[in-house]
Amino acid sequence: MKTARVVHAGAIHAATPHEAGLQLANGAVLAEHQVQWLAPFEVGSIIALGLNYADHVKELAKELTVTAKDEPLVFLKTPSSVVGHRGHTRRPDGVAFMHYECELAVVIGAPARGVKAADALQHVAGYTVCNDYAVRDYLENWYRPNLRVKSRDGGTVLGPWLVSADEVPDPQALRLSTRVNGQLTQQGSTANMVHSVAELIEYLSRFMTLLPGDVILTGTPEGVVNVNVGDEVECEIEGIGRLLNTLVAGPA
Amino acid sequence: MTPSPVQTAQAPLDALQPAQRSLPFAPWQLSGLVVGALLNHRPELQALGDAANAPPHKGAPRAPVLQVKPRNTLCGPGSRIEVPASGVVLGVSLGLVLGRSACGLSVAEAAQAIAGCMLVCDVHLPLASHYRPAVHARARDGFCPLGPAVSAHGMNLDDLHTQVRINGELVFQGSTAERMRPCAQLLAEVSAFMTLSAGDVLLLGASHGSPTAHVGQQVSVGMEGVGEFAFELVAQGEGA
Repeated sequence: MKTARVVHAGAIHAATPHEAGLQLANGAVLAEHQVQWLAPFEVGSIIALGLNYADHVKELAKELTVTAKDEPLVFLKTPSSVVGHRGHTRRPDGVAFMHYECELAVVIGAPARGVKAADALQHVAGYTVCNDYAVRDYLENWYRPNLRVKSRDGGTVLGPWLVSADEVPDPQALRLSTRVNGQLTQQGSTANMVHSVAELIEYLSRFMTLLPGDVILTGTPEGVVNVNVGDEVECEIEGIGRLLNTLVAGPA
Repeated sequence: MTPSPVQTAQAPLDALQPAQRSLPFAPWQLSGLVVGALLNHRPELQALGDAANAPPHKGAPRAPVLQVKPRNTLCGPGSRIEVPASGVVLGVSLGLVLGRSACGLSVAEAAQAIAGCMLVCDVHLPLASHYRPAVHARARDGFCPLGPAVSAHGMNLDDLHTQVRINGELVFQGSTAERMRPCAQLLAEVSAFMTLSAGDVLLLGASHGSPTAHVGQQVSVGMEGVGEFAFELVAQGEGA
């Protein structure tokens, strides 16, 4: 099942896909642009992975010292950074390099503590698409990636749909792609994750209780390029959804 | 299981009786969002010395160094917190409780956006490095005890005495002074890129030389005019 949360006519509605766009729980059929899209679930803790695709590690190799099977590089983001499908994200004035990151977002559905990888997917409610923006100008080598790079307002785009786990038999066999103004810039497959979804849940649940609504952003493959004000960025994951975002100007 | 972690987004103060809440206006409830400054105590950066300029850091921090304490870390006074044999560092911090949305504030505006304050202990495993976020060391269940109440402040938040007792013995004294960024400046700089909202908590950050404690010890933390509370460190699996 695919579900979304949207605002229409002043109220928050649950919605499902429809060939014309989406259908609200009250039966109304609307086009995508007729509603405001929220993140498709109530967002709890946001747990993000860096360097979790072998090809992306290679892409960044000249500035890194990690090897592929080190402990996962985990960082946290605040729920205040979240925007929904078709939302706007601020590109700070004067920066040289801001890039998207198309990522499979794993939404926890049942509390997980001390879970083994073999059982981990039972704790997943579903999946959605994330565009996990970074402003590289602000990178500092203290608690890197630091919050000013990653946890900015509008820096976590989520949606459009929460796809229930039963519709995703193998989360490690999904194609990802990003288009900027319609041009293909990033392609990859979740098959190339260094740490799989199940392994990440096992690792995280060793020291933190994962709760319903917590979301794991599983990292991005190679192909991140700079985006500019006015660009429309479209992150797509096969079978999960196509997530749009527009860059707007704003202060640094 | 862990020490009564706060499992919903709006709960840390739910368990308190109204009489314990000393802030006479909203927010009664914390939002559950806790963001904290790290390396904000001038002596801590000074102690790093030349290491701050060497790899991997290659230069002192420019923007505020920050962490997120996610909801699984939040717990109240009296909790039993599970810690590994390595022990934990007890970083007593002032928690600034936002009274309104803070986005792009000046320092003067930021001072007005702080509705109250509370005592927070930023617990973490001993760290050899400040290079990576070290979530496994900082975001463990129960590693952010806070409370017992939000105090409406009318005092100078940038010069409050703090103390830590382990098994009743005074082991550490510090203060909220000597910060790279004092309270209002920290909030102003954070608000430049991250909007905070009413009920969010921003930690001023711990003091250099924060003490280490181990399984089996009773910890009591206190801050002048803000509050005090105690918690117990227990072995893994013995928290519930």
